[in-house]
Amino acid sequence: MPGIAMQGVVHRYGDEVNTDVILPGRYLALRRPEELRVHCLEGLDPGFVDRVRPGDILAVGRNFGCGSSREHAVVALRAAGVGAIVAVSAARIFYRNAINLGLPVLVCPEAALALRAGEPATIDLEHATIHQGGATWQAQPLGAEVRAILAAGGLVPRVRALLAA
Amino acid sequence: MTGLTITEKILAAHAEGGSARAGGIATIRPDVVLLNDVSGPLAFEQFEAMGAARPFDPARIVLVADHFAPAPNVAAAGAIRMTREFAARHGIAHYYEPGSGGIEHTLLAELGMVGHGGIVFGADSHTCTAGAFNALGIGFGSTDLAAALATGRLWLRVPDSIRVALTGAPGPYVTGKDVILEVIRRIGSDGAADASLEFGGPGVASLPVDARMAVANMAVEAGADTCVFEGDALSAARAAETGAPAAPPVAADPDAAYRARIAIDLGALEPIVARPPSPAAGVPVGALRGQRVDQVYIGNCANGTITDLRQAAEMLRGRRVAPGVRLVVVPATQRIWRQALAEGLLDALAAAGAAVSTPTCGACFGGHMGILAAGETAIATTNRNYRGRMGDPDSQVFLANAWVAAAAAVAGEIVPPGSLPVPAEAA
Repeated sequence: MPGIAMQGVVHRYGDEVNTDVILPGRYLALRRPEELRVHCLEGLDPGFVDRVRPGDILAVGRNFGCGSSREHAVVALRAAGVGAIVAVSAARIFYRNAINLGLPVLVCPEAALALRAGEPATIDLEHATIHQGGATWQAQPLGAEVRAILAAGGLVPRVRALLAA
Repeated sequence: MTGLTITEKILAAHAEGGSARAGGIATIRPDVVLLNDVSGPLAFEQFEAMGAARPFDPARIVLVADHFAPAPNVAAAGAIRMTREFAARHGIAHYYEPGSGGIEHTLLAELGMVGHGGIVFGADSHTCTAGAFNALGIGFGSTDLAAALATGRLWLRVPDSIRVALTGAPGPYVTGKDVILEVIRRIGSDGAADASLEFGGPGVASLPVDARMAVANMAVEAGADTCVFEGDALSAARAAETGAPAAPPVAADPDAAYRARIAIDLGALEPIVARPPSPAAGVPVGALRGQRVDQVYIGNCANGTITDLRQAAEMLRGRRVAPGVRLVVVPATQRIWRQALAEGLLDALAAAGAAVSTPTCGACFGGHMGILAAGETAIATTNRNYRGRMGDPDSQVFLANAWVAAAAAVAGEIVPPGSLPVPAEAA
């Protein structure tokens, strides 16, 4: 699995961060990562793209990514540098989109609420654990399909391999 | 072992291996795969990257340019061209754009591609609209649908089911919109997460199919994976009218297992308005009396049907849009637009001061055709009122049915629709 141990600085957001605020609808005719990156979280926190560094971690509340199925939201988060998301809960379509593009989402309410912003945290994808300053949290284990997709590096390489077989 | 829900039965009928139980993982072959000009181009690129030579079955793929259509800028024109070219390259006959099509979910039903027991996989969250037809519509992102295009199937977790039992009949100015806003108000924006909302009971008969579409459309705003209505004579008649495959309705077993049950007495409902920034923030319309609006938007995949246009026209006939208020009306499909023309609805709306648009997703998602400036307030028959949804992050949107929206256009503020003075020529 890529990035079995990942480290990044934590950015915190609350509940119901929907895909409209992650990537506002007026930009949906764009699809290149570099075009979408600059608008990432523009509807909620326009300064985010200037603060985020590659590999950083989002700690977020309930129902993250709810609303529109726009995969552009995940493309924007990845292009901005987000390495992983730790959520109280995540909306189904967003969760699938993120996994399909190789962006891990760990569901762990305790960690999502406890992680301190501005400080580094580490994620062990293999064991679905989250670590910060001596504390460790166990996230919900990833399902077999999700692990297979992440292990392949996303759904595109996974389907490519299946089609070639 | 308990019996099966409607959702489990429909999924099982499309599952590799032939079974589907809530909580399990199943590989599902949908009847129809649906993409638009926003989700499509990303999916087409992923389809190519997967090394897929051709789609699984061109006859079961529907591509609709509806979000940025007609194209408001060069980037959108390019996305629509990609969609059109993908259709041409792979022999996909079901390609639609302004002039021939409309908003994908309303259009799909009109085309007779969704009927009792069917499954639609759509790269759009409001694919759940298909639930109105005793079918399952399930929304996905672009890469998932690229895989569906390439292989004709996707894995999913079989959802739990939540039974929504409807009784009674709605009173004046109460519509399907109010039913779903009440459900979301009660269970919250993730109350149906990992679940299918199954609407049934004697009250279903009092909801015309258009009203059921308004209900089903917003199941995703309760966090639902999908939703489904019980089928009946009305859904069978609609299927016959559109030419959808004739099939008996799929019913739940009497001992089917539900995660939760919700009871709604339609006769006790009032028109409900959802306050920004959440579809779950519904209150009775009277509680918002006096809330000023700058724009009224009647349309979208939830409420752009002929039924909605009739309601709006009835409210506006003999009346005028209030000074300082814009009213934008968007029939959901070309066929609905023409029917509204034939019935005199478009003229009634335009005479009252409405701007009537060609079918498009338009301003619903903040794309074009009426987006909001900072500080502006809209009331809309759309399905989302998140921060900045229809434009500037400092604009706001109230969600309501077409009666309430049209009444607000006349009054310039939110009012109970029955409270407008009788128009002069009718007095």
